[in-house]
Amino acid sequence: MASYIFRRLIYTLLILLLVSVIAFMILHLIPGDPVIAMLGPEATQEQINNLRQELWLEKPLPVQYFHWLSNALQGDFGLSILYREEVMPLVFQRLIVTLHLGLLAFILSTILAIPAGVISALRRGGYLDSLITLFANLGVSVPVFWLGILMIYLFGLKLGLLPIFGYASPFEDFWLSIRKSIMPVSCLAVVPIASVARQTRSSMLEVIGQDYIRTAWAKGLGERVVVLEHALRNALIPIVTLQGMLVRIIVGGAALTETVFNIPGMGSLIVQGVFQRDYVLVQGCIIVIALAVALANLLVDISYGWLDPRIRYD
Amino acid sequence: MHKQRALRNDLVNSDPHISEFRRILLALYARKAVLVAISLILVFLLIAVLAPLLTPYDPYQQELSQVLLHSSWKHPLGTDLLGRDVLSRIIYGTRVSFWVGIVSVGIATIIGMTLGLIAGYYGRIINMVIMRVIDALMSIPTIVLALAIASALGGGIRNVMISLGISLVPTYCRLMCSQVLSVKETDYVMAGRILGGTDLHIMLRHVLPNCFPPLIVLVTLNLGLAILNEAALSFLGVGISPPGAAWGSMVNDGYRYLNTHPVLSFAPGLCIMLLVLSFNLAGDGLRDALDPRLRGMVE
Amino acid sequence: MVHLLEVRDLTTQFKTYRGLVRAVDGVSFHIDESEIVGIVGESGCGKSVTQLSVMQLIPTPPGKIVKGEVIFEGTDLLKLNPKGAEMRSIRGGKIGIIFQEPMTSLNPVLTLRRQLTEMLLVHRSMGKKEARKHAIKQLGLVGIPEPEKRIDDYPHQFSGGMRQRVMIAMALSCNPRLLIADEPTTALDVTTQAQVLELMRDIVKRFKAALIIVTHNLGVIARYAQRLYVMYAGRIVESGPSKVIFHTPRHPYTVGLLKSIPRLDESTERELVPITGTPPNLVNMPPTCAFLPRCPYHTDKCEHEPWPELRQVGYQHFISCYVDVR
Repeated sequence: MASYIFRRLIYTLLILLLVSVIAFMILHLIPGDPVIAMLGPEATQEQINNLRQELWLEKPLPVQYFHWLSNALQGDFGLSILYREEVMPLVFQRLIVTLHLGLLAFILSTILAIPAGVISALRRGGYLDSLITLFANLGVSVPVFWLGILMIYLFGLKLGLLPIFGYASPFEDFWLSIRKSIMPVSCLAVVPIASVARQTRSSMLEVIGQDYIRTAWAKGLGERVVVLEHALRNALIPIVTLQGMLVRIIVGGAALTETVFNIPGMGSLIVQGVFQRDYVLVQGCIIVIALAVALANLLVDISYGWLDPRIRYD
Repeated sequence: MHKQRALRNDLVNSDPHISEFRRILLALYARKAVLVAISLILVFLLIAVLAPLLTPYDPYQQELSQVLLHSSWKHPLGTDLLGRDVLSRIIYGTRVSFWVGIVSVGIATIIGMTLGLIAGYYGRIINMVIMRVIDALMSIPTIVLALAIASALGGGIRNVMISLGISLVPTYCRLMCSQVLSVKETDYVMAGRILGGTDLHIMLRHVLPNCFPPLIVLVTLNLGLAILNEAALSFLGVGISPPGAAWGSMVNDGYRYLNTHPVLSFAPGLCIMLLVLSFNLAGDGLRDALDPRLRGMVE
Repeated sequence: MVHLLEVRDLTTQFKTYRGLVRAVDGVSFHIDESEIVGIVGESGCGKSVTQLSVMQLIPTPPGKIVKGEVIFEGTDLLKLNPKGAEMRSIRGGKIGIIFQEPMTSLNPVLTLRRQLTEMLLVHRSMGKKEARKHAIKQLGLVGIPEPEKRIDDYPHQFSGGMRQRVMIAMALSCNPRLLIADEPTTALDVTTQAQVLELMRDIVKRFKAALIIVTHNLGVIARYAQRLYVMYAGRIVESGPSKVIFHTPRHPYTVGLLKSIPRLDESTERELVPITGTPPNLVNMPPTCAFLPRCPYHTDKCEHEPWPELRQVGYQHFISCYVDVR
């Protein structure tokens, strides 16, 4: 077990490295001079040259990369061009916001979608199944930003129930925080709920057709026992795999949701960063996201061992 | 003891011969939702192709005297902030969606399958390198990746297609790679080797046919995904430039006027959802129809 | 005479995209205490579906039991709600079934202890400790070495033969009155086959239960079954004492079957004659005899009359045929 975790850690580091290289390469394709963006149009040539020297922009790309890397390994991810601040503290500050909303969306997806998928599979072909399947299909097809706009229109403008913009931390004003987060979280949760429900349904259907479930029925066991204890435990493996992928799905959704609802999270930070050509910032953000994804994958792998005894004894 | 008689072969109730293709069609037909989905896709496609014939107005024509009109007989969906007819712009938006969807999925398929073939075939180190790069790509959310690449390349529809294509590569690569790996060790491939065929030739002959069912499903589902992501990108402001009509950017344009003219945002968004839904339903239906285990079963 | 299990005119059909399949078409049979009965036929003849119908384990969207009575200890099982408490208490508690595929019939994520004791907790209201002890004893009974240690293991840690024994232990754990073994040895190698069959016969004798063995292996039947039902295309074509049937088969299908297998009591020069043709497609069957296309004994009557009902040709010996092969 220990050697397995060790190998996974090495693998994770490798992936992170690759991610940073890829991000670096992409971001340096950006035309347009970040220096001019920083200094403004009145900058003199001398100022421009100095800043370029300072940012190592004159050096060849691999050198720039290694410079970035060696700094990063010491915790220094550079200065954001846009905000003139240290990247990491800025990113973490925003990360907490996205984490707050994203975690709620994730929890919603687990507690709502899995039972829905199970019911859908058991009552296959019935009204409940058709209804759940319809909503699940709609959920994975709906454009998240459009849904947010719809919600703003309905609940914010027309019904006046919920505040439209912004974010409030639960530690500062609990009730306001809840009211402000209902719409964004719902928006963010739609795709996770829908995809987990679909996966649960298909996973359960596959498991229910297996021989060992027939054996369970033949033993005279009740429906609840067969479904929850015999079937679900086997069905969970692909579901858990999907949940591991939810991290990147939620972050992607956050990029749109936070833009629509004007929330200062990681998603909107990345979007701004890309548009403003703040490659230092975007680099830092992408690394953090990749780290989160890697962590999620590690958790998923560990849970496999717990769910499936065949893997444990490997 | 009775005399042995000739066998009555004419009375044999033999298996009605149904070709594979027909069987798949039958399975698809049995699922009404799938039929509706496929029809809807065809309708949208028709609209896209026949767009110039269907639009009453020029979608790019600004008519500043007719700004922000509500729905009327002359303009069923009203006009936008520059006086352009919304319905015409939506119809033209169909073209953009399909175009971007098809090209980006095409790019992803070609690059992804090639990479997967190389990774699976050459094994060991090359496999590891390629798969690690794929893993790294999959650590970045699709929208973020596409956004970054598209911006880096400068925006515009062509770069959106390229960036979406790149972001969709991973699933094709993995599919192809796993197919190649599973076929590589089979007996008939080894037999082929003994009989003298080149490895590549064998691979293509045996691997490609096996790939088609999951590939078709993947392509269909990815078309929906590509259209959804393209809409997201144009909503954010990357992609088609101002006079052009893309559904995502129309939603963004209408956002400002949400209070007074909700249709400006609602209509294009609804189209996105319907088209993507159709692709998803069709993809699901295809997956069920092509699943060998569900053979013969009626829902 | 009241039998332990009497099945009358059981008919089960399946809806497929090609049409309606009558997997079981008017099947009747019975079994008494301490009897071993064999049900024989090719793949697809309906023998397994018959047993699943008895247990009401037919998946109902595509399948449906449309006719018949299954009278077990006086109660018609088909009149009970398949998911209801009474039927559930009979399944496992009074009728045990052993399936064909030992490799996939055990739940891979649950321990043996769990899978063996849950029946005891449900049907016999045993406490956990007592159930565990009982389960260990069962494992020992079926020949699993060191049962106290192995009871906490998972199915994948056992071989195919062992798993089949575990299945037997599971089916027997509540001392059922009737045991149904569906192709119990098909997935096993020859030595294990013999052991498993001996085990079942032994247990049946010991607990005075009844055993139905469903198989396509005539050798197994010859040795263990007292009575025999031969099935073809969803119907019973011949039934009777197994010794009589082996000695003088009267239905053309049975004749063909016996001609196609080697026997120790014959000279080695006899040719093995397979039955020509292929098993019938069960979709939309014509009303005439299903064996007609492959039957070397057919008469004109066979081509025009519907498939005949079973008629008696000897003591407890019935065939479903217009021709009596002698």
